[in-house]
Amino acid sequence: MIELNDVHKSFGENEVLKGITASVQKGEVVCIVGPSGSGKSTILRCINGLESYDRGEISVEGLKVDRDAPSIVNIRTQVSMVFQRFNLFPHRTALENVIEGPLYVKRESRAQALERGRALLAQVGLAEKADAHPPQLSGGQQQRVAIARALAMQPKAILFDEPTSALDPELVGDVLGVMRKLADDGMTMVVVTHEMGFARDVADRVLFIDGGVIVEQGPAKALLNQPQHPRTQDFLRRVLHPL
Amino acid sequence: MKGFWHDAVEFFPILMNGVVLTIVVTIGSLLLSTVLGLIWAMMRVSGIKALSMISASLINVIRGIPIIVLLFYLYFVMPDLGVTLSALQAAILGLGIAYSAYQAENFRAGIEAIDKGQIEAAQSIGMGWWLTMRRVVLPQAVRIVLPPYGNVMIMMLKDSSQASTITVAELALQGKLIASSTFKNTSVFTLVALMYLTMSIPLILLVRHFEKRAGKR
Repeated sequence: MIELNDVHKSFGENEVLKGITASVQKGEVVCIVGPSGSGKSTILRCINGLESYDRGEISVEGLKVDRDAPSIVNIRTQVSMVFQRFNLFPHRTALENVIEGPLYVKRESRAQALERGRALLAQVGLAEKADAHPPQLSGGQQQRVAIARALAMQPKAILFDEPTSALDPELVGDVLGVMRKLADDGMTMVVVTHEMGFARDVADRVLFIDGGVIVEQGPAKALLNQPQHPRTQDFLRRVLHPL
Repeated sequence: MKGFWHDAVEFFPILMNGVVLTIVVTIGSLLLSTVLGLIWAMMRVSGIKALSMISASLINVIRGIPIIVLLFYLYFVMPDLGVTLSALQAAILGLGIAYSAYQAENFRAGIEAIDKGQIEAAQSIGMGWWLTMRRVVLPQAVRIVLPPYGNVMIMMLKDSSQASTITVAELALQGKLIASSTFKNTSVFTLVALMYLTMSIPLILLVRHFEKRAGKR
């Protein structure tokens, strides 16, 4: 449902994506791993048009991603995003954050949005925090609200941009647990992550990216247990055995 | 001192007429400058080059002209161009335009202080530019903008006295008229100063309240 064909992207002189070709099937969980600065997050940001790309083509369900075209709103309502730093709206409660999109973008009735909003907060284990403002929540709770906000759009896929990187280690598990449940329910997910355990257990496929190109890709377990490319081997060694 | 109280009782009612006009000019130009300032600021952050450039040059032109010259222009020159304004209209229009430049810069600073991640989050749930502004950026920017906005209110209250130069009989001009006909300069101008101060104090307290609230988060 998501297709990338020879995607190039530069920030000034710095070419961060040097021809990315990949696809994500419906119901698939794809993890993108690689060293920082390799272009992982840029790929996600290009898929929902937060970033433009210079060359090649990205399409979602056959619709070309063009951040300057009106159709981008359509794509963004189908492909939600969860950010590293949560980016919840601090002036609104958890529940208000969740219903914001359904209410103002999809123009659902308030009653309907509220009902689903509460159900989604319950789904991520935060039913009792509906009226809390983001600053009153822990990082892990904020990220789970952010996931509920993404789900409220009833998206066909969710992009996760290092969803646990800004969390204290003891809170990572709660967020990964919610994501694992989503994967089990058949949600299409693209996850940029450094959590190799999550990638191995939950992902169908892993892309290893370095220097703006896909160095290696394959089924999660195979790639993470027996990497073929020396750069993948080197990266995994450093991540799994930092000392 | 006894003389002062005696004068105060005598002049107070006349000066109150001036106070009313001072308040009318201040509120009128405050509203106008807020609306215009918002429009300039929105043009500035619209991301559309032409709009942003028009707004930037407009702000610079307005900032580069003294308020008093702007008032003279509106009151004395506009009739030559076929637009006749009453002194009060010209005062409100002139002060409103003059202050819209400062309001615009203040609003823009508030809008630009909002974390970029907020805008991306809004975009990621499909919000367009206007919805992002209305639901996400502006409600958060208000907190940042309010303390300097309060300061602008105080400055406008005091600068409304410039309307006296185009014959608006607000507090300062009323004082001057009384003083020049009674020669009781000390009593009159002390009274005028105290009346301005009395009007400023609630605004000063309001700014302090805004600052406390903005500091909370």
